Amino acid sequence: MSTISGWGNYPVIQAEANGFETATKLQEQLRAPGEAIAYGNGRSYGDAPLQKRVLMTRRFNKFLAFDEAGGILRCESGVLLADILEVFVPRGWFPPVSPGTKYVTVGGAVAADIHGKNHHVEGSFGRHVLEMEVMRPDGTVMVCSRNRHPEFFELTIGAMGLSGMILNATFRLKPIKTAYIHKQTVRADDLEAVMNLFEEPSHWTYSVAWVDTLARGAALGRSIMIRGRHAAPEQLTCTAQRQAPLKLAPQRQVDVPFYFPSAALNRRTMQAFNAAYYHRCRKGTEQSIVDYEQFFYPLDSIGRWNRIYGRRGFMQYQFVIPKAAGRGAVREILQHITTSGLGSFLAVLKLFGEQESFISFPMAGYTLALDFPVSLQALDLFKELDAMVAGHGGRLYLAKDARMDASMFARTYANVDDFRQAVALLNDSVPTRFASFLSRRIGITP
Amino acid sequence: MKQALILGATSDMGQAFARRCAAEGFGLTLAARNTDVLGLLANDLRVRFNTEIETVLFDALDMAGHPTFYKNLKHRPDVAACFVGWLGDADAVHKDFTAARQVLDTNYTGVVSILDRVAEEFEARGKGIIIGVSSVAGDRGRQPGYHYGSSKAALTAYLSGLRNRLYASGVHVITVKPGYCHTKMVEHFDLPAAITSDPEQVAHAIYKAMKRKQNVVYVLWMWRWIMLAIQHIPEALFKRLRM
Repeated sequence: MSTISGWGNYPVIQAEANGFETATKLQEQLRAPGEAIAYGNGRSYGDAPLQKRVLMTRRFNKFLAFDEAGGILRCESGVLLADILEVFVPRGWFPPVSPGTKYVTVGGAVAADIHGKNHHVEGSFGRHVLEMEVMRPDGTVMVCSRNRHPEFFELTIGAMGLSGMILNATFRLKPIKTAYIHKQTVRADDLEAVMNLFEEPSHWTYSVAWVDTLARGAALGRSIMIRGRHAAPEQLTCTAQRQAPLKLAPQRQVDVPFYFPSAALNRRTMQAFNAAYYHRCRKGTEQSIVDYEQFFYPLDSIGRWNRIYGRRGFMQYQFVIPKAAGRGAVREILQHITTSGLGSFLAVLKLFGEQESFISFPMAGYTLALDFPVSLQALDLFKELDAMVAGHGGRLYLAKDARMDASMFARTYANVDDFRQAVALLNDSVPTRFASFLSRRIGITP
Repeated sequence: MKQALILGATSDMGQAFARRCAAEGFGLTLAARNTDVLGLLANDLRVRFNTEIETVLFDALDMAGHPTFYKNLKHRPDVAACFVGWLGDADAVHKDFTAARQVLDTNYTGVVSILDRVAEEFEARGKGIIIGVSSVAGDRGRQPGYHYGSSKAALTAYLSGLRNRLYASGVHVITVKPGYCHTKMVEHFDLPAAITSDPEQVAHAIYKAMKRKQNVVYVLWMWRWIMLAIQHIPEALFKRLRM
């Protein structure tokens, strides 16, 4: 038995964890009766990859083929984005979509249909997938794409592993000339200001805002907007960079070797941190050239940073509010969070572009993600936020969720019934049924 | 271009070492029993490094076939690393000698069989590096797992003697002793994170040992001291312990 959890360390469970290196070995494992779900690298926050028996994909991590002409990569689902960066940045290629950490598996990227700071320009990960091979619960392998078994293809993207085990995916990388990002930082005094920045026409590929959710009154929603685009070789400033524009110096890694005591993170310390972070950015606009690690994955340089939240763990609440609901909806929700008195470190605000998917999270509108240490008050706050989010036609991100109930899910995702039915059909009369703690909680599996 | 022969290449440590060698520009000959995984590994390395990889079927237990296996390698190796190992089921192994034999032969006899052939060629030409992956389990026999431990103890002694014999001809022998490591072999064991290495760390330590011509390498470093302490426990006390 192994101890497993998501990144929030909430919940933590004992499970039978089995790896596999070939599709044949996986098929053997699917002959055992009971429920199981895929476990990639455990970077989702809640219970999406948790089950009494989990199928570990980390050793199913081989590169299969790369077409240099079109930047088309085919690899097994256990490959990490970190592996792709390591191998392909020096060759002038970058993942089409990148979340806040590079330590996610390709399988996870598809199953959660992850998004990054470039959603309004380039959409979610699923958009870039050309083809996939998926092993259904009955052990048969489906090769699917937009032209081949398109319904199964659409179902799998965002299905959180419930349609079966993604074996491999073929997707397009984007060409880059340097490993650096031209970065712009702008301080915004309040929510209106940062939303104006998001909505103004711009040539920036990547945009994200760090919001101080502890700031009140006139300063509600004060933020630091960070934008970026891949730097051209001419923009590199120092000689070392110019000589090897696609190469990065080895990154320094620190580690959090033990769990912090739960008292370490409280309203006062968080307020101090947020204020310092906000004021660190000078008024106005700053530009710089940074490497892609610093721009995309600042937290990855701190190993096991989730331990800063202590043993009780933490929960993420990430919602999206449709554009149609207007700016006032986001303000109302932010106001409610600020008033609650529950601390959150810097929260992340992004503006999504249009997306119409079967069961994925993104929709055109603002998305805000916040961390909270696990507590009963936080759970109560989330319940209140659920009502507000649902009331405005929004929804929550399953890759972050640890506590949403079935009625909230049904209320906010249009294709719930079809999703439930599709999963039930796939799991019909098979020894190993694909189901997770998440799927049971949100009412997709019994 | 230097050539590395990796025996037991489909093991987690073997795969990590193969990646490391390929990254450092070595040509690779990968040898293992599981040809499915071997093929996937070779292809993965080709995509990553755009380099040619030779794959050969190798079974440590097919000792009669070892001379032919070694003679028929397309590229003569400059470095030969052996990652072959079998843990066995500690409960079954002391009841069933066939199971015990598999542990002993895989970890010791089979390794001696192939490394003697490698040593022969390396000694004749006066250069090369031989790497044997033993284990801290060989530093003292304890229950459970003493069939595995004793086979590794035997391997450690063999490598020490080999190192001694080959010194005069300029061939270097490295003994690698991993402590706890997150590999397939111990997938279902709950290991204390602070002293458990990743296969990549073992690969890195071996590569460093090659560059520096080290003799005995413990991975992670603290296992040298852990085992020193364990070795010094008086037998009268040790026999009562259940570690």
